[in-house]
Amino acid sequence: MKFIVSVKQVPARDSSLRVSSDGKWLDESDITYEMNEPDAYALEEALQLKEKLGGEVVVLCAGPARAAQTIREALAKGADRAIHVQIEETGTLDALATARLLAKAVQAEAADLILTGLQSDDLGYGQTGVILAELLGYAHATIVMEVEPQGNTVRVKRELEDGWFQNVLLPLPAVVTVQSGIKKLRYATLMGIKKAKTKEVKTVAAAQLGGDKTPGSVMANIYMPQRSKQTQMLSGDAKQVAQQLVEKLKFEARVL
Amino acid sequence: MSVLVVLEQRGGKWNRMSFEALTAGQKIAQIFGVPLQAAVIGSGIESLAKEAAGYGASKVFAVDHELLAKYTPDGYTAALEQLIKAANPKAVIFPHTYQVRDFAPKLATRFSNALISDVVEIKDDAGKAAFVRQLFQGKLSCDVQAAGEPAFVSVQAGAFRGAEAAANESGPVEAFAPQIEASQIRSKPEEPFREAQRSVDLGAAEFIVSVGRGIKEKDNLPVVEALASALGAELAASRPICDNGWLPMERQVGSSGQTVAPKVYFAVGISGAIQHLVGMKGSKTVVAINKDENAPIFETADYGVVGDLFEVVPALVDEIKKAKA
Ligand SMILES: Cc1cc2nc3c(=O)[nH]c(=O)nc-3n(C[C@H](O)[C@H](O)[C@H](O)COP(=O)(O)OP(=O)(O)OC[C@H]3O[C@@H](n4cnc5c(N)ncnc54)[C@H](O)[C@@H]3O)c2cc1C
Repeated sequence: MKFIVSVKQVPARDSSLRVSSDGKWLDESDITYEMNEPDAYALEEALQLKEKLGGEVVVLCAGPARAAQTIREALAKGADRAIHVQIEETGTLDALATARLLAKAVQAEAADLILTGLQSDDLGYGQTGVILAELLGYAHATIVMEVEPQGNTVRVKRELEDGWFQNVLLPLPAVVTVQSGIKKLRYATLMGIKKAKTKEVKTVAAAQLGGDKTPGSVMANIYMPQRSKQTQMLSGDAKQVAQQLVEKLKFEARVL
Repeated sequence: MSVLVVLEQRGGKWNRMSFEALTAGQKIAQIFGVPLQAAVIGSGIESLAKEAAGYGASKVFAVDHELLAKYTPDGYTAALEQLIKAANPKAVIFPHTYQVRDFAPKLATRFSNALISDVVEIKDDAGKAAFVRQLFQGKLSCDVQAAGEPAFVSVQAGAFRGAEAAANESGPVEAFAPQIEASQIRSKPEEPFREAQRSVDLGAAEFIVSVGRGIKEKDNLPVVEALASALGAELAASRPICDNGWLPMERQVGSSGQTVAPKVYFAVGISGAIQHLVGMKGSKTVVAINKDENAPIFETADYGVVGDLFEVVPALVDEIKKAKA
């Protein structure tokens, strides 16, 4: 089977985020980047499916030049080759514009199954996979926990709210968006890192792909959230805050 | 022109977030100066539509078809695409449920638009609506404007108060019969199910100590276990802790775990993502211990400590023991 995994590079989870002076995106000067966490699980799922069923895993990524590092990481973990759609925008391309580029880039690939994370840790639209499916004319399922290809269909276990689940059968080709935490992530081995250097990365400029670039929504300005709740912040060393907290819980909240 | 709110039901039961979406819809309708309409989708949903008509909408569409009895993204998208083309609303509003996440982006794409998802606030920007979204799981906010009409917007759980039924007013219900063929529906959903019964009911706990990824390793769990036993509290966790198998799934709090409302909820090394917050917002008192002063959990906390949990928690255990002695 041919698996395509769409991954995004995002600021690392513990980055300290500062808004850029124009209020349009982040000050990227001291940010490190990593693979979007749910996408890492989509990749893991694809690699395990390939190990079981054979075939090929192709990594697909729309991102600026720096995303090459995330693509290498995916190749080092075992993906066979990659397509890098190079874009100018560093962070603000919306899900519709991104999915349009991704769809153009993979149309000719004739994938059986496209996997991606259920949302990105940065913009968090949670839509790229679904839009990609619509643009390619594929069936899809979201918030997927298990993926089981069966002939020309795939059976997936979807997560619903409040601890409910549902199995859904989809015809192939299909797109699934994968939930975080569904498998144990592998590390790249030294051998894998070495091999990745020889693997094919096809770079296509977004402009080359052409097509519709109008965004589906416009991000006007970014800012730190205003606090609306009166949270009492306690300060001092560990012992002092512990003492204050116990006092408050005892005499103010009256719960101890 | 109108603002159309798409309500969600399953098996004849409302998803309560539908009424929060109605409130958000009301607000957008006021900004645009247009009437509010609502839609209910399914098969045999006449009585639900009648009920919905009592919540302040000027009209409720009953989008009824036997192929809509079970939710599928293809069926719902086809039906709503037709309704939207017929009703021509300025904006379409959804609750940001798992189901909406599954089909609304597809529907918006049919109109060359993107869903403005998981909106927490709506601002009136001189007759235009600005939709506030959270970025980085709540660490930053962003004002978003729709690029085209209709705007597609989904609202976050708990961001708006649920609409209440209007005293004795009720708008009309209009039946809408979409054209759908069985061959259009590609996915085959099976019956929803739950995994094994829970043996821990966190919903009844008075004290909960909940641990997040700040604990770093499974071997560090005794740090929070000591706090739980000093308080006589149940131990709970954010999702990644349970995904890793460090604590059993039944101790997970959040949208895909349990909903709790203890007297005191200690959030230790938990960032405060919305999927976690919806499970514990009902707690009477919330204490947050986190080393990041900008962690969104502090917005929900009554008492906040910015600090390293590995220092703060043991000190707290000592003080609680003293207080209880
Ligand atoms: C569909 C869906 C359903 C979900 N359902 C749930 C759910 O039911 N429940 C749930 O919890 N999540 C759920 N999630 C995941 C959720 O979005 C978050 O990813 C998750 O809650 C984050 O867990 P966390 O706060 O433990 O980890 P992180 O977000 O990684 O936060 C760790 C925190 O620890 C702090 N920290 C680190 N070291 C220290 C230290 N030494 N001392 C003090 N603080 C420290 C950091 O500052 C950070 O704030 C769901 C997600 C999706 C998309």
